[in-house]
Parts: sequence; structure tokens; C-alpha cells
Amino acid sequence: MTKIEHHLSEQMLMAHAAGTLPEAFDVLIATHISLCDTCRVLLETYETLGGAVLDAGEECAMGSDALTATLARIEAAPADVPARPRIRDAVFPAPLRDYVGGDADAVRWRPLGGGVRQARLKTAGGATLRLLNIPAGTAVPDHGHRGTELTLVLQGAFRDADDRFARGDVETANADLHHHPVAEAGVDCICLAATDAPLKFDGLIQRIAQPFLGI
Amino acid sequence: MTAPKDPADWTAYVIRIRDHRDRAAFAAVFAHFAPRVKGFLMGSGASESLAEECAQEVMATLWHKAHLFDPKRAAVSTWIYTIARNKRIDAIRKQRRPEPEDLPWGPEADPAPEDAIALQQETERLKTALDTLPETQRALIQSAYFGDQTHTQIALDTGLPLGTIKSRLRLALERLRHAMQ
Repeated sequence: MTKIEHHLSEQMLMAHAAGTLPEAFDVLIATHISLCDTCRVLLETYETLGGAVLDAGEECAMGSDALTATLARIEAAPADVPARPRIRDAVFPAPLRDYVGGDADAVRWRPLGGGVRQARLKTAGGATLRLLNIPAGTAVPDHGHRGTELTLVLQGAFRDADDRFARGDVETANADLHHHPVAEAGVDCICLAATDAPLKFDGLIQRIAQPFLGI
Repeated sequence: MTAPKDPADWTAYVIRIRDHRDRAAFAAVFAHFAPRVKGFLMGSGASESLAEECAQEVMATLWHKAHLFDPKRAAVSTWIYTIARNKRIDAIRKQRRPEPEDLPWGPEADPAPEDAIALQQETERLKTALDTLPETQRALIQSAYFGDQTHTQIALDTGLPLGTIKSRLRLALERLRHAMQ
């Protein structure tokens, strides 16, 4: 595996540990962590802090028969869910496969113009999650953001200004970053993008088409 | 069976649940953690009846998933926290919680006991460090975890400007880091 150069921010990891993010961001972060041990360690640190906060937090007395009721729940419930099957050499790590319903070959792409294709993934919580397939050597339409956009590379690579993003790398774009990603020559670039506000495309056609394309 | 003298010993209790389905050990873990989980869920906006039900489900999950508990990777408080957080996302926020894939090399069958002890000690130190933070900073860290709250919501609750919240939270985390060194 190539070394991951672009990681998640600590702020994002803490919010993921706290469980306060929209689902779209949680999927992207869980997918990145499946590939990145550096961020996994940081996440576990913030979860440890969560445990300390829980342990030091206020107690609220349980009902008088709560233990008996819980033991009854244990008797009644099915023992366990089976572990996810591991797929060797999958393009998509397991948390993303759960949302796609399979690996990269199971995605139902829709054209977005300029050879770029996308697929929206259904999530709750007011942010959008989509997969992008950018043909090798092609630019993604120039766009700014109203909110925060995280882009995780799963296949191929793209360049944005001076930075290169390859499998496992995350680009964090905020309202003030106007970026212009270009897929490298070679294989098509597949990315997962989570956005908490609609994108702002510069081209007139794209601005008009935006509501219809659902981007 | 009562609470252990040394908090790090919760690990031994969960291992007894894992290996022997030990109900006395479960009752002790329940007595300590269930009221905290309930308090955590109520702090996140759940009603008392929903928090009670969810806290029972969290403790039942602990029993069912005890075989997944790896004392080398998490303290008992950390592990219960993640189960409670996921329950909150599922039952209160109505979202799914995607979980990362396990490490490619998988959980080791027989973790070195000294690694597990070191992790429990680190967790205890973190708890002590959290206790020694000034009240306002501790409260900020708590609300970052407790509420179903973004920084914006915390700002509304406390009347502090958003920039102040973020810088105070950063300061609190810096102090924690310093205390851990």
C-alpha cells in the first residue's frame, strides 16, 4: 500500500468519535480509517476520552427491575451478527461496500458531463455522499463550496494545485478553498465525496443543471 | 460481586463475562456503567424512558459482543462508550453508524497482558487529567461528547461566540495532552 499523505483533521476525528456528524461524513471517515492506521489511532484516542467523559459523567438511577429486564433481553435476543466477509483486493473498504451493496463494479453510475460520472449514496442527517468517477487526465468542473467537502481517493489519483491525492488520501475543502482537481493519466480516478452544503459550480450550464443533476 | 478497588480491573470482569457468561460479573458492570450510560443518553436529549430502554440495550449488547472485547485495544469504559454512542446515533439521531474494517492482521488471539495493562493505565491517567482540568474546560469537552451538539449548538447554549468555543476546546485538549506527557 502506498503511504497516505493527506489525513483527516483532528477536529473531524473528534466529532466522529463523539458521534455528532452527519452520516455521509461518518461513512467517508470509516472508509478512510479502514485504510489509515494513523487516523485509526487518533480516533481511538478520542474514543478513550469519550470513555473517560462517560465514566466521570452524571449518573441517572436505573429502574428497580432494570437488571432483571436486561437479563431477559439477553435471553430473548439473537446471540450475534456474523462478521463481514473480508474481500481480498477490494477497491472499496467494507463500510463503503455496505452502502454501495458491493464493490466498485456494483456502482450504478450516472453521467455528470465531460465524461465524469457520479452515484449518489443514500444517507441521513443533512449531508450528501456521492461517488465520482473521473476519467484519467480529466478535470472535475471547477467548483467552490458553501460548506465543508471531504474527498477520499479510492482508485487512481488526482492533482489539485501543488498536491497529489492517491488511494487513501483525503482532501478537506472549506468555503474559502476554490479547488480544481485533475485526474492523473493512467487509470480512472474513483473518489468518495461528502458535502454538508450544495456545491457551487462556476460554469453557467452547470449552475443551471445543478438542481436536476442532484449535485 | 462489588465494584473493583482498582478501576482498571473492569477488564477482568468483562473477560469473565466473555469467557464464562458470569452473571455476577455482569451485575457489577451493570451497577457501575448502566446509570452512567443512562445519564449520558439523557444529557444528549433522550427522555428518561428512552434513555432507560437504550441503557438496557447497551448493556445487553455488551453481553452479546463480549467475545469482540479486546483489552489490548480498548479499556472497558472506552468500549462501553462506543456502544452507547452508536446506540444514541441509531435510536435518537436515526442514522446508521458505519464501522471501519478491522485491521488487516485481525485481532490477536492472545494479547500480551502487559499491553492491556499499559492501555488501562493510560486510560486512568486520561481520566485523572480530565478531572484536573478547570471546570469550564472540562464542561466544554463534556458537551462536545454528551450532547447531540455541534460547536454551533454549544455556542447557543453557553452564549459564547463560536470562535471562543473552538479555541477553548483546543486549549482544553492541549492541556490534556500536556498532562499525559
